[in-house]
Amino acid sequence: MALLEVNNLDVRFALRQGEVHALRDICFSLERGERLGIVGESGAGKSVAAFSLLNLIAKPGFIAGGTVTFDGQVLNRMSERGLRKVRGNRVSMIFQDPMMTLNPVLSIGEQMVECLKAHRRISSKEARAIALDKLQQVQIPSPETRLDQYPHELSGGMRQRIIIAIALLLDPDIIIADEPTTALDVTIQAEIMALLLDLCEQHNVGLILITHDLGVVSQVTQRMLVMYAGRVIEQGPTREIINDPQHPYTQGLINALPQMATPGEKLNQIRGSMPSLSNLPSGCAFHPRCDFINRADGQPRPACTQQVPEFVESGNCRVACHMVAEMLEDRRLKEETS
Amino acid sequence: MSTTTNVPPSRWERLRDSYMWYSFKRDRTAQLCLAVFICMVIAAFASPLLAPTNPYDLSQIDIMSSELPPFWIDGADERYALGTDAQGRDLWSIVLYGTRVSLLIGFGAVILQALLGVTFGLMAGYLGGRVDTILMRLADIQLSFSTLMVAIVVGALVKATMGSAFYSQYAVMMLILIIGLAEWPQYARTVRASVLAEKNKEYVDAARVMGLRSKRIMFRHVLPNTMSPIFVISTVQIANAIISEAALSFLGLGMPETHPSLGSLIKSGFDYIQSGSWWITLIPGAVLVVLVLSINLLGDWLRDVMNPRLYKG
Amino acid sequence: MSAHAEAITDSHNPTPRQNEESADSLLQIRDLKKRFSLSGDFLDQLRFKGGKLVRHQEHVHAINGVNLDIKRGEALCVVGESGCGKSTVARTVMGLLTPTEGEIRYDGNRIDNLSSRQLLPYRKRMQMIFQNPYASLNPRMTIQQTLEEPLRLHHPDWKRPQILDKVEEVMRSVGIDPDWGKRFGHEFSGGQRQRIAIARALAVDPEFIVADEPISALDVSIQAQVLNLLMEAQQERNLTYLFITHDLAVVEHFGTRVAVMYLGTVCEVATTATLFDKPRHPYTQALLSAIPRLKDDRPQHIRLTGEVPTPVNLPSGCVFHGRCPHANARCKQEIPLLQTQDDGTRVACHAVEEGRL
Repeated sequence: MALLEVNNLDVRFALRQGEVHALRDICFSLERGERLGIVGESGAGKSVAAFSLLNLIAKPGFIAGGTVTFDGQVLNRMSERGLRKVRGNRVSMIFQDPMMTLNPVLSIGEQMVECLKAHRRISSKEARAIALDKLQQVQIPSPETRLDQYPHELSGGMRQRIIIAIALLLDPDIIIADEPTTALDVTIQAEIMALLLDLCEQHNVGLILITHDLGVVSQVTQRMLVMYAGRVIEQGPTREIINDPQHPYTQGLINALPQMATPGEKLNQIRGSMPSLSNLPSGCAFHPRCDFINRADGQPRPACTQQVPEFVESGNCRVACHMVAEMLEDRRLKEETS
Repeated sequence: MSTTTNVPPSRWERLRDSYMWYSFKRDRTAQLCLAVFICMVIAAFASPLLAPTNPYDLSQIDIMSSELPPFWIDGADERYALGTDAQGRDLWSIVLYGTRVSLLIGFGAVILQALLGVTFGLMAGYLGGRVDTILMRLADIQLSFSTLMVAIVVGALVKATMGSAFYSQYAVMMLILIIGLAEWPQYARTVRASVLAEKNKEYVDAARVMGLRSKRIMFRHVLPNTMSPIFVISTVQIANAIISEAALSFLGLGMPETHPSLGSLIKSGFDYIQSGSWWITLIPGAVLVVLVLSINLLGDWLRDVMNPRLYKG
Repeated sequence: MSAHAEAITDSHNPTPRQNEESADSLLQIRDLKKRFSLSGDFLDQLRFKGGKLVRHQEHVHAINGVNLDIKRGEALCVVGESGCGKSTVARTVMGLLTPTEGEIRYDGNRIDNLSSRQLLPYRKRMQMIFQNPYASLNPRMTIQQTLEEPLRLHHPDWKRPQILDKVEEVMRSVGIDPDWGKRFGHEFSGGQRQRIAIARALAVDPEFIVADEPISALDVSIQAQVLNLLMEAQQERNLTYLFITHDLAVVEHFGTRVAVMYLGTVCEVATTATLFDKPRHPYTQALLSAIPRLKDDRPQHIRLTGEVPTPVNLPSGCVFHGRCPHANARCKQEIPLLQTQDDGTRVACHAVEEGRL
């Protein structure tokens, strides 16, 4: 059994307009030391997915169904007390804004020592030694002095390094990183991503990287999920998806990148925009923006507008698309007849 | 864009879909307060129709029927439901007329405060620099004078130059002027703070790039976006102005006794509490408390609704 | 601080003739500097130092001597990381900020010292698109009102039907249904709002548009739409762009020429193809290697050491020397000047000049 298993996770928000389905049928697993990317645009539900893994969804949101199993324990049925033992200790989180995690009135050292002492029975001196060691691991210049500095005295890149050090503090099994480098400059982003990758490999830590940046995902992760309007629409090994995307949305997303087009030419845009979760189109949520809702013979495919697509296995990937399903079926029939 | 139709919602539909209406529908306190407040406003301004006697008409006052108790106490006169005061005026009538005067002063003073405060706050916040420094120091100085001081100074000046008859004749105007002048800095500070926040938003830059004049940007672009805090502070200020009026009248710096307001009624009855005629003071007092409380509770609700951290338009 | 400022003025020695390409330039930026005071008003600046009352002033040196030329019909991209002064350049060009020193010429005329009334004719010719589509539309105005406003201001003689026609035309040209005019900005998605903001800029038929990170707040699939729209508009209306961005992938696609900025100075100006093919300045090289590409598995990026210095205390010499792998003693003392290379690229780097790189 995998270290982390998510089955049919279903998250809803009770809003005044009614209940909104933020996540539906999310299934994936993460092995020890594996790096998984969750990709999607804003509103796709990728951050909700990250938060729901540790049952951190704030009201009015709630987990309406499904299970998150970590190391044999079902997290979403655990008591708050039991969850606290997992959070921070065995699974830690890194947020986009370091100031969300850092307390502005405590020094870096105090925060790290406090975090250690909350989970382990050790002296302050030992805790400080561990904190120093972690700061050295994230390659912060002059770590000794950083321990006594306050968050506002550090630059954005430095703060994100500290956050990584804090995430590593209790030697977790999994780090969940929610857009960890979005607020940073490209050169700093490259440094931080390289650091995160090295540390995960060194310590055999699993990584769930949530981002909108396909470039980052392709460089860091081994497997990826693509999300659209609260659902996973494609999942599989990162290289295969990047090199040969099957779902029309994934294709569109990759082809829309400026680096995929000839300079000066028109970019391959996806028309329209992501529907709001409270008003999803019928059938496949992507169909109003999809170029493939017609069959090869030009006839419309009714399933696209009427039926929510199921996952089909295509090679090592799983894709939720009627068009792909149809193609696979055709191929199978052809092979049978020949 | 969640809606598929191209017909834009009307103003009424927008209101019906708004968060404000939604929260109002669920908030019993706000509904009750609004109902009480509206009833009081209507009753006060319809006082010539509702009141059985006209307290300004000396011929209707009978000194013989003074200090009659309200109807639930023995010795009440059926002509005077709430009893009479020391001069024999019908308490129900003078409370109605008095509430009207108090509301008039409250609204008038707040309009004056808002005019001064919003203009100065807008200028200070948007133009910045020296204008800001001068206007805000002025506001600080104004705030360090209490309303009472302004009332004493203005009252003394007017009475000295124009005579006290003139002062009592225009007492309503005088009180509006005094309370308006004394408390504009509250508005100026609130408006300035939200202008400073709005000024750095890109739509203001866009308006500047377009070439619009400062005046137009201030009033057409920045001001409408600072309305929420203005509304919220207005409720508090109306309540404060009514209390200020009552306090000034009670101290003899406001409305004369012949011209009843809630404050002057409380004052005129105060001497008779010891002699047992408590209703002359307590009834107008209760009206004042209910009025101010309902406005303040409405203000609290409004503040919760318009809190930009909770409510994102 | 003041010593540094002197060093810049000395070494830069502004000579407008320095540039041969000024003839066909639409916009010329000459030795532009912008400082922001951090010290508040006069009373706040007074400090006690060694028993004496002294006046102490601190400044953010947002841009320190920028020279740029924008040619008619091109898209000049200014790239750099946050705090490098690229947005300050854009805002100074548009007159939203007044430069501390230097000149800005539009079509040969100085515009940096004009009053807002004198600027009005230029406002019609140059427009701006902002970064945040959620903040750049007035939340209390309908789309129709937003788009009518510039037309009423710049064409006071136009009758109402003429204005309405123009609004409809410009809405169609950015792909917004004119029937949506009565709606407010918050009823639209981010991409649609940015289209409306572009429509507002295009409404007065400008010839020059400053776009300050116009797509960085948008989603990937929407970025492509907006970028396409900007390129279409350029072709149809023969626009000139000053395009500010931090995203080099966008630059590669969109820009005619690129200026790379670091800490308030321009370190390299080149045509897009040259820059991506043969980056000269060490900072440009690091920046290019840091783009997360889809195809390569493991990034081979140049790791920069050290922190970005603050623009309050600028380093002496080359602003990049603290993070530069090629810095030597000269880089720490002497400020490098932009020097034209054989292929027309202009680079400010001692290492390139000395042939060390």
